[in-house]
Amino acid sequence: MKTTNLLAFAFALVALPAFAQTPAAPAEPAPPVSEGIEVTVSDDAEWQDLGVAITTFATDQDVPTRASAGSTAQIGRQMSEIIAANLRNNGLFKPSGPQGLPQPGYAQVPSPDYPVWQGRSADMLVQGYVRAAPDGNLTVGCYLFDVALSQQLAKAGWDVSPGDWRRAAHKCADMVYSRLSGESPFFDSKVAYIAETGPKDRRVKRLAIMDSDGANHSYITSGQATALTPRYSPDYSEILYLSYLNGSPSIYVYNVASGRQRLVTRSINPTFAPRWSPDGRSILYSMAIGGNTDIYRISANGGESQRLTNAPGIDIGGSYSPDGSRIVFESDRSGSQQVYVMNADGSDQRRISFAGGRAATPEWSPRGDQIAFTHIGGNFRIAVMSPSGGGMRFLTDSWQDEAPTWSPNGRIVQFFRTARGSGATSIWQVDLTGRNERRLPTPVGASDPAWGPVRP
Amino acid sequence: MRNPTHIKTSLLLLAGSLALSACASKAPKQLPPDPVPVTTNNGSSLSATPGSQADFVARMMGDDTIYFDTDRFNIDSADAAALGKQAAWLGQYASKRITIEGHADERGTREYNLALGERRANAAKNHMVSLGIDPGRISTVSYGKERPIALGSDEAAWAQNRRAVTVTLD
Repeated sequence: MKTTNLLAFAFALVALPAFAQTPAAPAEPAPPVSEGIEVTVSDDAEWQDLGVAITTFATDQDVPTRASAGSTAQIGRQMSEIIAANLRNNGLFKPSGPQGLPQPGYAQVPSPDYPVWQGRSADMLVQGYVRAAPDGNLTVGCYLFDVALSQQLAKAGWDVSPGDWRRAAHKCADMVYSRLSGESPFFDSKVAYIAETGPKDRRVKRLAIMDSDGANHSYITSGQATALTPRYSPDYSEILYLSYLNGSPSIYVYNVASGRQRLVTRSINPTFAPRWSPDGRSILYSMAIGGNTDIYRISANGGESQRLTNAPGIDIGGSYSPDGSRIVFESDRSGSQQVYVMNADGSDQRRISFAGGRAATPEWSPRGDQIAFTHIGGNFRIAVMSPSGGGMRFLTDSWQDEAPTWSPNGRIVQFFRTARGSGATSIWQVDLTGRNERRLPTPVGASDPAWGPVRP
Repeated sequence: MRNPTHIKTSLLLLAGSLALSACASKAPKQLPPDPVPVTTNNGSSLSATPGSQADFVARMMGDDTIYFDTDRFNIDSADAAALGKQAAWLGQYASKRITIEGHADERGTREYNLALGERRANAAKNHMVSLGIDPGRISTVSYGKERPIALGSDEAAWAQNRRAVTVTLD
C-alpha cells in the first residue's frame, strides 16, 4: 500500500549489506493491506500504545564523512534520534531509544534477536545502518520488524549525499509511519516560513526555509524588505511570497536554484495572498483595487489574469482542492470574514462556514476531506471542517493561533502562534485529534508556515 | 478615539520640536488648535519649513492620523474633520503629494489585515478626493498589522493601531 516502494525506487537503492537477501531490488515488497498491524487513524480513537524501539544505526566501519554531523557512527546515532523524534510527535507511536537500548552490530541489523526484544515488550523494532560509499556518499538501510511475529515488515535503502543524511532518517521514519499507520508519508518534506526578529514595532521579517521538523533552517531574504506569506511550489523549485521590496506589497515568484525573482503580475495595485494550484501550473493571488480585494488566477508562466471573484468587499486567499476543481477562499461579503467554496473558474460561490464567529485562512487538506482554517471568536483557534462546512472541530486553543498549513498526508497541521503582549511568534503543529501539539524548534521567531509535499 | 489622538499629538509635537529646533527645550503639553488654513510661517523657532512633512505634522497636531473601529473602514465625523484639515493644507501646497498608510490591529489574520489596511487607506483617499484633492496626488499603501504604533495587546492599543496615516512626500 501507499508509497514506500515508490520512495525506495526514487531514491535509487544502491546497495544493501552483503548479507541482505535482495541486494539490488528496491527493498520492500509491497505488503498486502491485511498483513501486519491494522490501524486506522482516520477517526479520533486514542491509540498511542504501539511501542517502537529504535536502535542506533550501525556502521560497517566508523569513518569520517563530509557531513557536518561527523563520522558514520555519529550519523547513525543521530539518525535513530531523528526517527524517534519524528515518530514521537504525531500521537500514534510510543518510540523508545536509541538511549538505553541494546545496540546491534552491523551484521545483526537485518536479523534481530527477537527474544531479547520480546523480553523488553517492544511491539515494533526499527534498525538500520549507515555506510560510507566509495564516492563519498552515504548508503543508509532501514528495517522495520514486528517483534511479536518475529517478522520483517519493511525495509528500504537510500544513497544520499553527505549533506542530505537527515533526509534518509526522514525517509526511514516515513517508511515506518506508512507501514504501521496505513497513511501516506510526510516527514521528508520542507516548510517555507517567515523568520521574525526585533521588537514588535520594528519587526524584521525574512523569508526562510527549513525541514518539516524544524532542522536545516536557512534564510532566503535579507530582511531589508518585509517578507510575508510564502508558499512552496509543488516541486520545491519556486516560492511565492509577498514582499515590500518596491515599497508596496507585491507577490514575487522566487526561484530557489537561481535566487532570482519576478513579479507574479505587473500592476500598480497591491497584490497579496499567493497560492499554487496542486499541479503548479496556476497561481492564485489577491489584488486590491480602490479598497476592493478580489481573487485572480494567472498561469505560472505569466500571461493574462482571470478574475475569479467580484463581490464588493474583501475576497482573499484561496486554496485548491487536491484535484484542482474547486477553491476554498475567504470573503467578508456577508459582513465578516467567512469561508466560501467556488469552482476553479469562479462559478458557484457558496458560503460553507456557519458555526458562529469569523472564519479565515482556509486551506484544503491534500486528502480532500477537510478544510483547516482560523476560527475567530474571542481567541483565534485552528479548526477543521468538511468541505461542505459540517463537522467543525477545534484543534487548538490559545490567544492567537492562525494560518494553518497541512502536512503532505493531511494528518498534521502546522500554524503560527502569537504571544499576547510581546507579539512573539512561533510555529506549532498539531495532529487531527488536537491532542498532540508541539512547538517547532526554530532559531528565531517564526510565522506563516507553508508545508510543501513529500520529496521524491 | 480621543485618547489615542492625544497621545499621538504629544508624540508628534515632541518629535517635531526635537528635530527642528534645538533651542526649544520641550514641547508644550497642549496647544490650542491652529486656525485652518495656516497661511504663513510666523518665524518662531517652533515652525518647520512651510510645506514640508514636518510642517504638515506640526500643523495637523495629530490629525494626520484617523482611527477606525474594529473591522470597519468608514469615515466618521472626527475622521472627516481631520481629513478636512489635511485637505486644507494640501490646498495650500498644491504641488505636494501624499501617501496614505492603512493599518490594522493585531487581532486579525495577516492577509485579511493587509486588505483591510488597503481599504482604510482608500476610504481616506476617497474622502480627500471628495473634498477636491486630485486623486493623482494621493497614493495608498497597506501595512496590515505589520507596523503597530501602540505595542500593547489591549483595546486601547488596538484602537491606536486601527488607523490611516497621511504622510506628505517632500
